[in-house]
Amino acid sequence: MVEYAPILIFLGVAALFPAATLVIAWAVRPSRYNKTKSEAYECGVPPSGDARARYPIRFYVIAVLFVVFDVETIFLFPWAVKYRALGLFGFAEMVVFLGILVIGFAYAWRKGALEWA
Amino acid sequence: MFRTEEMDINMGPQHPSTHGVLRLKLTLDGEEIVDVRPIIGYLHRGVEKLCEHRTYPMIEPLTDRLDYVAAISENLGYCGAVEKLMGLQVPPRAQYIRVILAELQRIASHLLWLGTHALDLGAMTVYFYTFRERELILDLFEQFCGARLTYNSMRIGGLLEDVPAGWTDRVRHFLGLFPSRQKEYEDLLTVNRIWLGRTRGVGILKADDAVAMGASGPTLRGSGVDYDVRRAQPYSSYEQFEFDVPTGTNCDTYDRYLVRMEEMRQSCRIIRQALDRLPEGEVRAKVPKYIKPPVGEVYHVVESPRGEQGFYLVSKGGEMPYRMRFRSPSFVNLQALPMMCRGQLIADVVAVIGSIDIVLGDVDR
Amino acid sequence: MDPVLERVIVEAAVKIALVFFVVLTTVAYMTWVERRVSAWIQDRRGPNRVGPFGLLQPLADGIKFLFKEEITPPHVYRPVYLLAPILILVPALLTISVVPFGPALRLFGRDVPLRVADVDNGVLIILAFASMGVYGIALAGWSSNNKYSLMGGLRSSAQLISYELAMGLAIVGILMSAGSLRLSDVVARQAEHGWNVLWQLPGFVVFLTAAFAETNRLPFDLPEAETELVAGYHTEYSGMRFSMFYMAEYANMVTASCLAATLYLGGYHVPGLQRLGLPQNAAAIVQLLAFGIKVAFFLFVYVWVRWTIPRFRYDQLMNLGWKVLLPVALVHIVWVAFIVLMGWA
Repeated sequence: MVEYAPILIFLGVAALFPAATLVIAWAVRPSRYNKTKSEAYECGVPPSGDARARYPIRFYVIAVLFVVFDVETIFLFPWAVKYRALGLFGFAEMVVFLGILVIGFAYAWRKGALEWA
Repeated sequence: MFRTEEMDINMGPQHPSTHGVLRLKLTLDGEEIVDVRPIIGYLHRGVEKLCEHRTYPMIEPLTDRLDYVAAISENLGYCGAVEKLMGLQVPPRAQYIRVILAELQRIASHLLWLGTHALDLGAMTVYFYTFRERELILDLFEQFCGARLTYNSMRIGGLLEDVPAGWTDRVRHFLGLFPSRQKEYEDLLTVNRIWLGRTRGVGILKADDAVAMGASGPTLRGSGVDYDVRRAQPYSSYEQFEFDVPTGTNCDTYDRYLVRMEEMRQSCRIIRQALDRLPEGEVRAKVPKYIKPPVGEVYHVVESPRGEQGFYLVSKGGEMPYRMRFRSPSFVNLQALPMMCRGQLIADVVAVIGSIDIVLGDVDR
Repeated sequence: MDPVLERVIVEAAVKIALVFFVVLTTVAYMTWVERRVSAWIQDRRGPNRVGPFGLLQPLADGIKFLFKEEITPPHVYRPVYLLAPILILVPALLTISVVPFGPALRLFGRDVPLRVADVDNGVLIILAFASMGVYGIALAGWSSNNKYSLMGGLRSSAQLISYELAMGLAIVGILMSAGSLRLSDVVARQAEHGWNVLWQLPGFVVFLTAAFAETNRLPFDLPEAETELVAGYHTEYSGMRFSMFYMAEYANMVTASCLAATLYLGGYHVPGLQRLGLPQNAAAIVQLLAFGIKVAFFLFVYVWVRWTIPRFRYDQLMNLGWKVLLPVALVHIVWVAFIVLMGWA
């Protein structure tokens, strides 16, 4: 696991950088309170209603589809890495696997889950 | 497929793509537009009322500020209305120069439209190209009258002065340059698949609806109605020029785009004819020192780059009009916006606003 | 402390400092390059007043951002609102840590590989960090309590996850040929058998398109489409926090370009370099430069595309992702598998 150590250090440095900049900015920047500055921007008129409204279910459908397909993609990764060793059997197996994936994809498409407008 | 809560959102008056201070109250179902309500008046200056307290020559600068990107069309319409009421005959040379100016203005205005329309849809580079050429036209105007935006370029009865020496050659030079430049914009847009996707089938306005809404100009012609004031009721000797009136067939944003692109070419054609046949002579008719039109009323229309620009003038015989009324094409075309937007996506509103080419100074007056 | 661990840490610290400096400088100068190139495309001059050719412009911008007032509106959800820009920037910078910039340099009597970390599943780490970015954007949009921000955040989440799928599937082809998740193996394989772009062109196109979408660049910049959503998810941000969104965007561009070069253009490999018989360090530096040129090419393409074509509409974007790129990527996998099976690769 020692080879992962640099990534951890990198994470530390990468997190330190924005933190440090924000602290410096906080020290040197002006802060002049103004009531109109703190209003929500809605093109120059007082906002009507709250922004945390319910949002269309379509976005959740995408999220669910994503989870399904992403998991299947992840299943492909180990197979792809060992593909040369698996040979013809691996190829046939993958075609079957992708076939199932495509059926699911075609079903979602057919059901209109991919229609956005 | 699914329905959720609708959300109200304000687009404008301070928004990058409502072309000024137009405010739209959008009712959204997700990304889809359920309803659009335009709210106007943020640029209202009461120009019609101001006109009642100005003498006739003093009103012309006010007309500059109606449709400030096509001020010459406004000047032309206003002067035409007063001349019609007074029964003045404008000398032919002045009429031709007016035509040249008005058509240059049409190109300049369409260039501004094209740049901002493309910018709204994310093609920023076209904006800089069109403004490069618009700059050339503004230079021509500057050489003619000293101003670059609000020209006050004409006088009742003709022009203040003849064009400066060498000006017509510079116009010819511009005409020689422009077609290749226009091709540059077309290369970037006309056959661009994303551009087609963003404009084709978007903001459809059927011919019947367009007529019912009173739309005019390219917005009307994009819907396939062959109506152009320059041909239907010629003024300033437009009847002596040959030009085509382009119309659309699909009534969508793309057709309105094509119509305006073709109009620019036709404008070049008109200017070329006017330059070739430019008559010699005076540029201003004999007008009394104090302009006092007789008692009466007149309605005069011109084809501004945005459409049918009308001037309704009532005179009681004094030095100032009794009532002045402007029929502004932007205002009327804006009425059609909700009809074109319903059922489309948010991004399409931007495309449709761009395609009807409104100027808020003209809408609010 | 264990001497091996100590040596690794010291070596890593030096390399991290260098890489960090280079990446941040590249990010800063990308803003300058973008403005100069766009000016060149648009017949303008671009920034040319601060220093020679405007080269000090990024510095001036940075100082300006430091001294800008930062407004935290009262209607936001503070903890998330304040954290979101950091959540975007950190993963964007972190991805660079597994990219191999070049082969090993011979320094102080031992080989120092030109990469921060050479881990055995670099590709997975990249995908993991790349998908972290979506949290920052979605949370920034949601916590701002502004309708434009919310829509930008939602659009962005949907867009990023859709294109991540296509990107992941495109990468499967690379893995099949390399037989390893280690990025240096991917490079070594290409050095032996030719660059992947030569026979995995569909995968390359899918990857590049997805990379454009993942970085929210035109024509896929819908989350911040200024002419529709004003500024999208960062509408309510100002000052230094606002600039972090920009740094993240450019950092993502740099990372995506590095990946495209590594996965498809042979990374730091230069064809025919071995025949010259250069000493190890000279060869390493030439290869490092070659890598830089490949990355610069992709960065230029990013800028070039942005200033040339218009923006997609939301539904068109999603259609492209799901109905075009995804099927293409699936067919591509079968195609690559077939070639590898036949032993043609």
